[in-house]
Amino acid sequence: MSMSTSRIARAVAAKDLRIELRSRVVTNQVLPFSGLVMVMFAFALDNDDVLQRTAGGLVWLATLFSLFILVQRTFAVETYDGALDSLRVAGVNPQGIFIGKSAALFVQLLMLESVLFIAAVVLYRVNVNGSGAVLLVTCILCATAGLAFVGTLYGGLTAGARGRETLLPLLLLPVVAPVLICATRATESAFRSGGVTVGEGWPWVAVLAVFAAVFGLGGLLSFGSLIEE
Amino acid sequence: MNTETQTFKGVGTPATRLYGLMAIVALGWVFLGGLFFTPEDAVQGDAVRIMYVHVPTAWIAYLAFIVTGVASACWMIGKKHSMGFDRVAGASAEVGVLFMAMTLLSGSLWGRITWGTYWVWDPRLTTTAFLFVTYIGYLAVRGLGGTAQQRARRSSVIALLAVLEIPLVHFSVVLWRSLHQRATVLSPDGDIKMDGIMLFTLLFGVFGFSVLFAWLVSHRQRIMAMQDAQQTTAIDVAVAERLKEAQA
Amino acid sequence: MNHAGFIIATYGVTFGVIIGLVVYTIKQGRNLSRTVADKDKPWT
Repeated sequence: MSMSTSRIARAVAAKDLRIELRSRVVTNQVLPFSGLVMVMFAFALDNDDVLQRTAGGLVWLATLFSLFILVQRTFAVETYDGALDSLRVAGVNPQGIFIGKSAALFVQLLMLESVLFIAAVVLYRVNVNGSGAVLLVTCILCATAGLAFVGTLYGGLTAGARGRETLLPLLLLPVVAPVLICATRATESAFRSGGVTVGEGWPWVAVLAVFAAVFGLGGLLSFGSLIEE
Repeated sequence: MNTETQTFKGVGTPATRLYGLMAIVALGWVFLGGLFFTPEDAVQGDAVRIMYVHVPTAWIAYLAFIVTGVASACWMIGKKHSMGFDRVAGASAEVGVLFMAMTLLSGSLWGRITWGTYWVWDPRLTTTAFLFVTYIGYLAVRGLGGTAQQRARRSSVIALLAVLEIPLVHFSVVLWRSLHQRATVLSPDGDIKMDGIMLFTLLFGVFGFSVLFAWLVSHRQRIMAMQDAQQTTAIDVAVAERLKEAQA
Repeated sequence: MNHAGFIIATYGVTFGVIIGLVVYTIKQGRNLSRTVADKDKPWT
């Protein structure tokens, strides 16, 4: 009965996205939350120039905060009625589950980030030109892939464990620090904040791609032993 | 229970007693020599005395995390998944986290004297801080509960992911800092002219802390073995009681 | 001694933590080995 990995991945991703579409938790709660975070940053920094200068970092910080919520949600769905256990017992290929859940998380994060970047343009008055937009889109794709992989990996690890709400950020934050550093620098280049040029952003995107590749591969190799109890 | 088979009163063995003795001698020397017998440095003055504890603790902190990584890999690769490797990994991480905290503290006090600031965003310091937080997370994962096998599987994956994570953190911090103006700080243990007794105290300290590490890890992994055995016994007893209830 | 406070704090914390950990480890080992059977002590 072995389904191919890609079919499992597609089924898992479709199921996760369908759940999110029906429950509307992402659109009705997570999106407003991250929008609020952006407004709160403006209150805290209280200076238009500083906001414009730091917009890239603030957008990615807001993304990271929302990542924790999204990861917790995507695994809460799996554990509360023992769905992950049933998949495991049924012998479903864990690599398929990993890819599927990462893909669903990737799509949700992308949606969230596009709203956050629009908010940055509106609230923080940043400008993006043509070549900046190309850099920005590539950066978002690479960074989001990395975030989706590590989020799924550590979410799977803490799923069903006591105290996971507090453990997940502790485990995830140090791991995603390189994403925050690199994505922020690349985004600042795309926004040309503080006099950096668009060209300076590309090396950072390369690091983001390496990060995504490393944790994508690491996840494929280790996800099976993480969820198997 | 089993009081008649009780013959061994602790977790010491002749080997660990030997390490312990060596550690006491060496650390005693570091304490007295570092504080009183060694001369002050021409450039750093008395601040150089912090080096005699800072450098060995830093060495042990890094060594501990290497041991954790290697032991976790051994657990995972080994066909038998021997629990001994898992316990060494855990014991080493426990000791490493504590030594890392001491390293960060003594380093920042030393930095306050020599650089005028407690902290600089230097790649080495930043990566060290991340190593510290990552292994606090590792210990939290070990504390999640479940059977010893579950703990070993989870924590070995976390330890090996940390081996992937730390170089990435280091690399991106290096890249980040290289954009800014180079921090004009000297490496703290740089321009120190070591004479004989200073070098001896430093090296003897590294030796002493290393045997202390060996002592701590062997004792703590034995304690962990007993805790695991206690848990297994408790489960066996509970199962036996339930069986008796069911039969009654 | 210059910066005596910093230096003494460093030595105090480092050696204090080490002594504390060693004492805790020995005590924990003795307490546990009272309740655990010898067959569960592979080093003996």
